[in-house]
Amino acid sequence: MAENVKPRVRVPGTASAGEVITIKTLISHTMESGQRKDDDGNTIPRSIINRFVVDFNGENVIDVQLEPAISTNPFFEFQATVPESGTFNFTWYDDDGSVYTEAKDITVS
Amino acid sequence: MKKLAVAAVLSVSVAAPSVADETANLVLNGETQITVRADAPAHVDGLSEIISGWVFRSDETQALQMDDFDNPGMIFVDEARDTWNEASGEAGESCASCHGEPESMAGVRPVYPKWNEEAGEVRTLAMQINDCRETRMEAEPWGYTSGAMANMEALISSVSRGMTINVAIDGPVAATYAAGEELYYTRTGQLELSCASCHEQNYGNYIRADHLSQGHINGFPVYRLKNAKLNTVHARFKGCVRDTRAETFSPGSPEFVALELYVASRGNGLSVEGPSVRN
Repeated sequence: MAENVKPRVRVPGTASAGEVITIKTLISHTMESGQRKDDDGNTIPRSIINRFVVDFNGENVIDVQLEPAISTNPFFEFQATVPESGTFNFTWYDDDGSVYTEAKDITVS
Repeated sequence: MKKLAVAAVLSVSVAAPSVADETANLVLNGETQITVRADAPAHVDGLSEIISGWVFRSDETQALQMDDFDNPGMIFVDEARDTWNEASGEAGESCASCHGEPESMAGVRPVYPKWNEEAGEVRTLAMQINDCRETRMEAEPWGYTSGAMANMEALISSVSRGMTINVAIDGPVAATYAAGEELYYTRTGQLELSCASCHEQNYGNYIRADHLSQGHINGFPVYRLKNAKLNTVHARFKGCVRDTRAETFSPGSPEFVALELYVASRGNGLSVEGPSVRN
């Protein structure tokens, strides 16, 4: 079980219809690649976030497959056009089966 | 039909040595003004202007520090916030038991290292944290440059960001100050370099690929892109002395405490920036 995993998300609280907004996400995670060895020469097992998904009102925004070469605390920044008020749902999938979620509302005026 | 245009950008920054914008000003989160240039304090003979290390970094690195969400050092501040509220040690106390919110620590970072009258010694922030842990919490002290220590220093520093560094150099700390100054100008190692060789006489120049700053410590603990973690002042000192090919002093040693006091005082007039972002 990965320790100290904490998702963080920044979404503007309001936007005008059709506005392109910038979303930033970060999840603190060791992203152990599975390539390293400990002091005794044993392989440290792989433990990474392997998938990151963002949905808006049930519609998929991005779906990212992460690989072991991605460094610790993966940070994603992307843009989305919001047509209406709603909720962004963020989901991170861990190798160990854990699922971390976060949700942010946005009001379109 | 909902329209949902998306462009996912996975930015991989290439470490091209771009020239820093030397006139840039630092504002954190669009609100906290940081002083990155100031007149040198009267006791520093070798400099006329003191300049934060932030000025010497590339635009991309500078930008990372301007927003707490982008600043990777803030992850460790968050970790320390959890630690702050956790009881630890025999006494069953947490930092919060005595100090309340971490924000009550505002104003602490700018004046450290400082004289502790009761103990009759100069104390760095790390020494004070460990004294709290041992005496009040009856907990195991943290390693001087350990991750837990760096995180807690970052938390205490973060609530003082924007405040002006004001380390006392006279009175009971005068002897320590003098020892630190002596060390600063003493050449060490096979390369025979003193702190001043690089950070006073050659700041702004390159030493191989590294853009030399004035070596102020107002931004510590520093998140370094090269090792993706927070770095403490004494770990940095150790690295610098090692790079002169000398045997180094130990983190927490009286020599490094004296050097920290002296180097901190050279930055009197700059703002607290920690946790800052450097390469």
